[in-house]
Amino acid sequence: MNNFLNNIPKLEVADTVENTMDWLTKTFSGLFKVMQTGGKSVMESVTALLTAVPPIVFILVVAILAFFATRRKFGLPVFSIFGLLFIYNQGLWEQLMNTFTLVLFSSIIAIVLGVPIGILMSKNNVAENSIKPILDFMQTMPGFVYLIPAVAFFGIGVVPGVFASVIFALPPTVRFTSLGIRQVPKELVEAADSFGSTGAQKLFKVELPLAKSTIMAGINQTVLLSLSMVVIASMIGAPGLGREVLSALQRAQVGNGFVAGLSLVIFAIIVDRLTQSLNQKK
Amino acid sequence: MEKLRVEHVTKIFGKQTAQALKLVEQQKSKTEILEKTGATVGVYDANFTVNEGEIFVIMGLSGSGKSTLIRLLNRLIDPTSGKIHIDGQNITSLSKGELQNIRREKMSMVFQNFGLFPHRTILENTEYGLEVRGISKEQRRLKAEKALQNAGLLAYKDQYPSQLSGGMQQRVGLARALANDPEILLMDEAFSALDPLIRKDMQDELLELQANVQKTIIFITHDLNEALRIGDRIAIMKDGKIMQIGTGEEILTNPANDYIRTFLEDVDRSKVLTAENVMVRPMTVNIENDGPKVALQRMREEEISVLIAVDKQRQFKGYITANDALEGAKNGLKSVQSFVKTDMPTVDSTTVIQDILPIISDSPTPVAVVDEGKLRGILIRGVIIESLASSSQGGELNE
Ligand SMILES: Nc1ncnc2c1ncn2[C@@H]1O[C@H](COP(=O)(O)OP(=O)(O)OP(=O)(O)O)[C@@H](O)[C@H]1O
Ligand SMILES: [Mg+2]
Repeated sequence: MNNFLNNIPKLEVADTVENTMDWLTKTFSGLFKVMQTGGKSVMESVTALLTAVPPIVFILVVAILAFFATRRKFGLPVFSIFGLLFIYNQGLWEQLMNTFTLVLFSSIIAIVLGVPIGILMSKNNVAENSIKPILDFMQTMPGFVYLIPAVAFFGIGVVPGVFASVIFALPPTVRFTSLGIRQVPKELVEAADSFGSTGAQKLFKVELPLAKSTIMAGINQTVLLSLSMVVIASMIGAPGLGREVLSALQRAQVGNGFVAGLSLVIFAIIVDRLTQSLNQKK
Repeated sequence: MEKLRVEHVTKIFGKQTAQALKLVEQQKSKTEILEKTGATVGVYDANFTVNEGEIFVIMGLSGSGKSTLIRLLNRLIDPTSGKIHIDGQNITSLSKGELQNIRREKMSMVFQNFGLFPHRTILENTEYGLEVRGISKEQRRLKAEKALQNAGLLAYKDQYPSQLSGGMQQRVGLARALANDPEILLMDEAFSALDPLIRKDMQDELLELQANVQKTIIFITHDLNEALRIGDRIAIMKDGKIMQIGTGEEILTNPANDYIRTFLEDVDRSKVLTAENVMVRPMTVNIENDGPKVALQRMREEEISVLIAVDKQRQFKGYITANDALEGAKNGLKSVQSFVKTDMPTVDSTTVIQDILPIISDSPTPVAVVDEGKLRGILIRGVIIESLASSSQGGELNE
């Protein structure tokens, strides 16, 4: 029996994947290079711009935003002020801005890709059935694994970091968009159809507005997932708070690790509450 | 003029439609077909025409295929086979764009649960049909406001549907459909979710509307009373098949089969029970023989204060009251003839209760049932109300 099993030659899965990767890297190397250099310079300028804003102005803007977004409550604004002041006090302001840029870009790209894919999935059962297993695969695969193709395509730095984050953070937006649209009551879809709406009219006037809060819940998760990739992305050279955590880990500096980790948590809480409050009804 | 013609239209849900079709042709039951093929017969071989300006009611029990049938008419559901003509044009062969145009210009639908868009204001909801047609903002606002004005809801135009009561929401649903000025209105149990009083108001409004602007209306209900009230003609469905089509009168007097007969028993008794079914034996006084003393004696015995006056042939002459009889006895009159009152309303024995109720509620006296001058009985309010209330065991009343 054992013999029999041993007689089957090892399937060349790893080799095949590697060959495919090689092929992709070579074939699209021009494109990847453009993306790497272009993306890098865009993101670096955004970070530079953010860093140029005096921190106190930045903090006040966030607090005011939080105040109105949470319908004139004081909890989040106060938390934001103290939290951000703490990060500034610890000398992590520039790192925070880097992280902010990374999260911003990964989230926006994930949303821009995810919502249309979700719409496609909601409209088409074949698409639904073929994309769903891919999403499952993407979500169960450890985030680290995405670093490998990221490095292969783009080398190291912030762009591969964004690439890995996008793949990791994409699924919730896709899923929730599809779910939200499928959940629109049948009678309302029929009403839209019965008045002779075109597909686009139905989508933009009825389905998307009604699916909005579900989609927003998905986007919130996407943002948080891309934030959770910050530390992992720092392993391939993405700058930011993640890098502080990583270097503290490598040097076994408990104190520094704690401060950088806490800063990430503070940032995560602010981002989470802000994106959630966008979802609440007026 | 013929507006809509449905020819051999069949809709089978599921995959094995060809096999299912064969089974329906063999008169197999719906459940049997479902078990054998996994397909559900929604509508089978529907044939009818609807004329312009007509209210055509489709009724049947839950699952009989009403919603499917009405959705075939604007092709929210595509038929498995058959043809549907609107103004002579076969809409089953239209392209997507042509179908959209038909939906925009010729017909609008009103839904059971109103189908209002919760994220749009009442005005924006009413504008929807005009908006998708690409009508300019000012124009569609004007038309939508007019439609809301007609529905008496203009004041609510900036509210959201959830802020309105069910009755108001359905008025908006109707206004939204009418803002488009369609030729055909499709109404799927449009009033079923409303409570009975509001429902009746809405039926009245629909009839009034129909008197003013002649639309062709396909109206679905599972309520026979509603069907009888508003329908010019009624189609009764069972298991996807149309069992009978006719005016309410035709169906009531001449049900096509036992199924329809049982179905009709559900009908509101006030429209079925007649005076004959509910009248009671009258206490009479004979104006040719009896004097006031006899009358008084009889009233005392029966504990009543009114006697119906008749002659020897039991021809109805009027009535006498206890007061007048007492007066007459005091004055020594020999006959009741001089104080017979004639202001008692009469109906004949075939009058239905629905028509008796307003008469009896306006009258201080009971109502006499008189056929060709001859007294048959009298109607007392209490007895009528009781006969309506006990409708469930009311079967014997028909005998
Ligand atoms: N989309 C569908 N897929 C499969 N079967 C369906 C579908 N729509 C309706 N049916 C079936 O078709 C039959 C007729 O349904 P339909 O909704 O037309 O009934 P109805 O007369 O409108 O009932 P109700 O009074 O409950 O609204 C039912 O047996 C139903 O289960
Ligand atoms: Mg129905």
